[in-house]
Amino acid sequence: MSDRRYMRVATHMPPGHVRTPAYLRGKVGWVERTLGPFPNPEELAYGVTAAKLRLMRVRFTMAEVWGPDAEHPDDTIDAEIYAHWLSPTDAPHAT
Amino acid sequence: MGGDAAGPIPTEQHDFSLWEKRVDALMVIASSKGHFTVDGLRRVLEDMSPQSFETMTYYERWIASVNQNLIESGVYTTAELAARMSDVAARGATYGEASHE
Amino acid sequence: MPHDHHDHLSPSGHPYRPDDDHPLTYWQQMEIAIREILIEKGVTTAAEINAQIDAMDARSPANGAAVVARAWTEPAFRDDLLRDASAASASMGFDIGPMKLIAVENTADVHNVIVCTLCSCYPRNLLGLPPDWYKSRAYRSRTVKEPRKVLAEFGVDLPDHVTVRVHDSTADMRYIVVPARPDGTDGWSADQLAALVTRDSMIGTGLPKDPGAIAQTPR
Repeated sequence: MSDRRYMRVATHMPPGHVRTPAYLRGKVGWVERTLGPFPNPEELAYGVTAAKLRLMRVRFTMAEVWGPDAEHPDDTIDAEIYAHWLSPTDAPHAT
Repeated sequence: MGGDAAGPIPTEQHDFSLWEKRVDALMVIASSKGHFTVDGLRRVLEDMSPQSFETMTYYERWIASVNQNLIESGVYTTAELAARMSDVAARGATYGEASHE
Repeated sequence: MPHDHHDHLSPSGHPYRPDDDHPLTYWQQMEIAIREILIEKGVTTAAEINAQIDAMDARSPANGAAVVARAWTEPAFRDDLLRDASAASASMGFDIGPMKLIAVENTADVHNVIVCTLCSCYPRNLLGLPPDWYKSRAYRSRTVKEPRKVLAEFGVDLPDHVTVRVHDSTADMRYIVVPARPDGTDGWSADQLAALVTRDSMIGTGLPKDPGAIAQTPR
């Protein structure tokens, strides 16, 4: 679908409290809806003043996340990811 | 953890005991009053070694996290906690005996 | 501190679990110490802790079932619920606190299931405390990778044409599944329908009860 807004999740691997699941890092999905802004949990977790960020619900196909190991390629995973972990990108190649 | 291989989903269910409910209540009350955030609770849980998942129960990990957050936010000191825990232990060998003075 | 916790009944009149005579553990010792310190410092009171426990005990999947049953019977409420589940639930009088809730609807083509891979986020204000399996490493690890196998372990076998949508509660939102209304329930009241809505059907690991299996099928 051409009107989908695709996003790639950053591949950062910082220590500490991060709400971006490791299994989604580097993966491409599309924005299901936008939420927030909410205070950044990476700052809240340490008791410091937290900047407010947009929170995106991003939808990934199982094929994108697990590749050939996917149980059912067209099933999906939705996750909430803070905007600073996302950058706009093109649709992933068909799998 | 997401995506890791693992065995069948366990089906056993236990009722929550009073002390577990109290841990839950302390977490809700102390965080709702601004002494720490849910993210602070999660941070300490995540920083625990994988071994903690094997050796501690869910609410044991929670009380450890609640404690660390309360000390970090200055609600009480480690020395205050240490003294009180010794007092508690001296009251008796069971939860019931230790829960009342 | 007051000796109210020494009573055998909670303020709601229910018996406490008989865990008082087990050997004191290190972590229980810590819980007692923290509770007493917080009361002495005026952070909380024994009454407030008991009230919080009672509020928690009062929450059960029956709350969520009432929300689902209303969505099944009132199209306008269903639309409100899918748009803003927190506001819709609060409008029914449920104490949802600061919980930010999203409702996801099962249809003939879509089956939703909820997991929290990072911890154990759960719509506790609407469903009560999460079951042990929901907090297990196995459920949290496997549901995002092989949801169909996980669902099959729960007795839910989905045909290939149904898309499974897994929702990982990674951040601020909590989720509730609105299961599909069972066939054969035309004319049922919301109260009658609510009896079909199980906890697991609102997590996505189950389906509503079979209306034919409910005694006294209403007409």
